[in-house]
Amino acid sequence: MKNKVLLVDDEPEFVTTLAQRLRLRDYEVKTAMSGEECLEIYSQFNCDIVILDLMMPGMNGLDVLAGLKTENKDIPVILLTGHGSTKEGMEGMKQGAADYLMKPLDIEELTKKMDELLN
Amino acid sequence: MKSRFINNLFYFFKIPPEKGRKRPSRYIHMRRSIAVLFIMITIIPLTVMAGINYHQYRETLKKEMKTPVYSLVNDIKYAFEIFIEERLSTIKFISNAYTYEELENNEVIKNIFRALKSEFNGFVDLGMVNEEGVLVSYAGTYDLLGKDYSNQESFKEVRVKGNYISDVFMGYRKFPHIVYATQRLAEDGDTWYLRATIDTKKYEELVNSIDLGPESDAFLVNRKGVLQTASRYYGNVMEKTTLDIPPVTHGTFVREMKDNDGREVLAGFSNVHTDYIFVLVKPKSVILKSWYTLKSEMFFILGISIIIIVIASIRLSNLVTNRIKMAEERRETALKELQHTQKLSSIGRLAAGVAHEINNPLAIINEKAGLMKDIISFSKDFEHKKEFLQHNETIISSVSRCRSITHRLLGFAKRFDISFEKLDLNQTVKEVLAFLEKEASYRHIEIILNLNNNIPEVFSDKGQLQQVFLNILTNAMGAVDKGGRIEISTYKDPKTKMTAIDFKDNGHGMNSEVKKHIFDPFFTTKNGQGTGLGLSISYGIIKKLKGKITFESHENKGTTFTILLPEEETYESIAEEEEN
Repeated sequence: MKNKVLLVDDEPEFVTTLAQRLRLRDYEVKTAMSGEECLEIYSQFNCDIVILDLMMPGMNGLDVLAGLKTENKDIPVILLTGHGSTKEGMEGMKQGAADYLMKPLDIEELTKKMDELLN
Repeated sequence: MKSRFINNLFYFFKIPPEKGRKRPSRYIHMRRSIAVLFIMITIIPLTVMAGINYHQYRETLKKEMKTPVYSLVNDIKYAFEIFIEERLSTIKFISNAYTYEELENNEVIKNIFRALKSEFNGFVDLGMVNEEGVLVSYAGTYDLLGKDYSNQESFKEVRVKGNYISDVFMGYRKFPHIVYATQRLAEDGDTWYLRATIDTKKYEELVNSIDLGPESDAFLVNRKGVLQTASRYYGNVMEKTTLDIPPVTHGTFVREMKDNDGREVLAGFSNVHTDYIFVLVKPKSVILKSWYTLKSEMFFILGISIIIIVIASIRLSNLVTNRIKMAEERRETALKELQHTQKLSSIGRLAAGVAHEINNPLAIINEKAGLMKDIISFSKDFEHKKEFLQHNETIISSVSRCRSITHRLLGFAKRFDISFEKLDLNQTVKEVLAFLEKEASYRHIEIILNLNNNIPEVFSDKGQLQQVFLNILTNAMGAVDKGGRIEISTYKDPKTKMTAIDFKDNGHGMNSEVKKHIFDPFFTTKNGQGTGLGLSISYGIIKKLKGKITFESHENKGTTFTILLPEEETYESIAEEEEN
């Protein structure tokens, strides 16, 4: 049984490439390009974990996180931040995110964190 | 002059121009204006008061000094009048009581004279003159019997007036004397005259009975101004006095005048028995002696006051001007610092924007390269597979380097906002060291960490603290030579109950001149290499964080910077204290 991952980022190239890499690592991945799309897909796709970019046009990462948490407060969410500082990540964790990573990512670090959270 | 002064006053109250160049002359003007203002507002009323006092006191004194002269002159005038009147009455009484025949008898007149002398002093002789002016009887020490007086002034006058008082004269007796004469008209129509001589010593005695005091004079003159008694300053007896005698009609008066020697005097005049004028002269200098003492005391006190006021005013103006100058300089410095901080802040924001924008494509490159690596790794062996993997790894590691650069840029921008949190000081300093490790290893600088793991968490701003640590460590690295040593220790300071961190280097240290200025903005020893703001900003930051920054430095031995930072509770209490 593959772990189901929902990957959310407004940068298509980033999303598709990362999705492809995760699939190569045996995850079932669905992608969303915006916060709104994320919440829509989440309601249909029963995923195990969400990887969410904090900085997006429209609904930002923290709003989406709140939306996800109202649907399922136990869903693990890993935040991605491009801001180089830990401040936004910490804020996200206060609001229920499981962890945060800084962009550009190290794929091994990401999968390690995901596996920790999923088991 | 006046308008300039007012301008300066305006300057004093005007807020100086925002970007004012330093104008030391402005402070000189200000200092002068304040001093002049102070001096004017104090000395003018003081001088006016002193002037009014001086004038009033002098006027009062003038009035008061006339009174004693006036009463003294009056007293003497009455004494003289009584003396003269007494003797005149006595002679009149004798001439009325006795007949011509009785008086013609020398024995009788001698008896009378003896009785007279025993009752009244001053009589020298007594004689009777007949109608023809011949002395027919005489009692006295001189041999004057038979002398003819018909041509003398006294004889002529007594025939007209009935009474006669002479001026002092020498006469036949050859010593100064006065003659009193009175006419007797008998019932049978006979006329004869009784004539008495009085020693002028009596006049002198009367005058001398006054306690004159030094430099004063008192004397009797006749209507023509001829001295009747001795004078100290205004001529000899029987000569005209050198003092200008005003016409005295009646009564007594006192006037201020100048005598021939130019002395300012107060002179009292009073007519005595119509024939004489009594004169009392007191020099003003004697009367005014107390006034002069008072005057000089007053001027002395005024002078001392003015000197004190001038000194105080100058001191005060210096103080005020220096305070203003310092405040303005501080403000200017703060402004410059602020401008610099703002500049850095905007550079930071720009850098952050750029870094953020670069991060996204960088993430894509990272993922693409990662995917390529994945694909190659999962595919079977092919020609150049190893080479591909190697190149790909280079891309990934380069992206990683870029990542650290953008993260540092983003971190730099964050330094300008303060946000307090509980911090592990050890961790914070370790993160800063990560930036410097490479340079340290290039230059073989040994960094020793004595970090105490039991120190409490401080309540501070990580970004700001890191900037301070970075500043101090950069300075330390600049100060040590190749192969130098930097020691970082953390501990709980028992004295202040704050958490402390020491940065100790064994570099070249600072001399006392440098030590004085290290926290001044734009002060640098790096000769154009530095902005001179590092420590100044650090100082400002630590102050904002309610901490303390101190240092100790010895030339050629090294420098130790110590930063004390509060825990959350201490921070709150300091902030509260400052608010109050």
